[in-house]
Amino acid sequence: MIEIRNIEKHFYENHVLKDMSFSFQKGKTNLIIGESGSGKTTLLKIMIGLYASDSGSVFFDGVNFNQLKNKDQRILRQEIGMLFQGGALYDYMTVEENIMFPLTMFTDKSEEEKLERVNFCLQRVNLENKNQLMPAELSGGMTKRVAIARAISMQPKYLLCDEPNSGLDPKTAILIDDLIQEITEEYNITTVVNTHDMNSVMQIGDNIAFINDGRIWWTGNKEELINSDNKELNEFVFASKLFKRLKR
Amino acid sequence: MIKLLHHLGQYCIMMYRVISKPKKWSVFQKQLLLELEKIGLNSIGLVVIISFFVGGVVSIQTAFNMSNPFLPSYLVGLASRDSLILEFSPTMISLILAGKVGSSIASEIGTMRVTEQIDALEIMGVNSASYLIFPKIIASIFFFPILVILSMGIGMIGAWVGALSAGITTIEFLSGLKYDFNSFYVTYAIIKTIFFAFIVSSVSAYFGFYTKGGAIAVGKASTQAVVSSSILILICNYILTDLILS
Repeated sequence: MIEIRNIEKHFYENHVLKDMSFSFQKGKTNLIIGESGSGKTTLLKIMIGLYASDSGSVFFDGVNFNQLKNKDQRILRQEIGMLFQGGALYDYMTVEENIMFPLTMFTDKSEEEKLERVNFCLQRVNLENKNQLMPAELSGGMTKRVAIARAISMQPKYLLCDEPNSGLDPKTAILIDDLIQEITEEYNITTVVNTHDMNSVMQIGDNIAFINDGRIWWTGNKEELINSDNKELNEFVFASKLFKRLKR
Repeated sequence: MIKLLHHLGQYCIMMYRVISKPKKWSVFQKQLLLELEKIGLNSIGLVVIISFFVGGVVSIQTAFNMSNPFLPSYLVGLASRDSLILEFSPTMISLILAGKVGSSIASEIGTMRVTEQIDALEIMGVNSASYLIFPKIIASIFFFPILVILSMGIGMIGAWVGALSAGITTIEFLSGLKYDFNSFYVTYAIIKTIFFAFIVSSVSAYFGFYTKGGAIAVGKASTQAVVSSSILILICNYILTDLILS
């Protein structure tokens, strides 16, 4: 479980996050939803220590991340898999080298064992035999899937995804959503997904936090979200005609 | 002034992270070999071409300015040798490498920053500064002196060709090359080059590492890296020359 307590963040005069507290449940796909620029990515980056919060704490299974020394933070980060918005694959490495990289850095596995794990991860994201491709040769969906394969290569306890299906066609987006949910349930990990894609919310939203005006405005699951009468939430979720019909 | 102090502080913080024991020596060695190829081997062609022609021009200009018949012809070789060893090879080649290698380092690291590849390294628990920058600094410190020595040799060949075209015989030119040779000049050039290599690699990496924004920011970081490295090389050149030769 990941828990955030009283997180505050300013960027100069801009008060981005205001007293945010929330628990991201283990074995569930936890979603952070909100408009673009609402602070979702900032919150995610604070959770993993890429940004420092002005105040507040982040707990990983009871361990206060903010109070750890740099060295211990690095050790804890080895248990976190992160899927970035653009994939963030190392463009000078092949697909195989990208997935193998954390295994090379942090394990003493032999080349055969590492290759076996790489092939397993690629199979898990339906990209068998793509080992030798370079990131520049991959489509958007394939890039995201390789990034997921890299994120799970170390068998993480926590998986954080920043806009996993932004820029993807609806079919590929559903594929990525399903993959994230399957991995979460299969390995019983704590998954946090930042998204503003309502299809994702309806598809995988086990535990949802809606950010508005820098605060956690509403929390619940996808069924509660459909039936909620929260004005701001409804304005955000049911902005399109299609979703308005769903509400009726 | 505050901005300068800010950069200095950030540079020191970065260097504190850079100079640390690599997590895995095998990974470090692999990175180092890649950097030796990128920074060193890939610069040989440029160094050879520039050194040959500049060497030739130096000797032709020296010969052209020696209109006094009382000045011996071998002075062309002597002047070319000293110009190349003392200033052209260490300083000018380092300035040229600041343009080629420095911009390459800054844009490579800057692109990794804006495409979140550095964040991905950090999240994995990798010391990104050390992993990315340390091999570049070591490769530069190792290879810049080799390039400078190569430049001296090729520059002298160019000077010889230039001298021939200016009517100086090979024997006269070679006697000038050998005349009153002080091997400490080469040591002095290598000492300077090691400092310049450190400046080019670390300052360029600094501008790349702290890039914020997108493609324009990467271009800006690359320009800042070249300008700052060049200025620092010139300042360092003055200080080292004053310290070592005076």
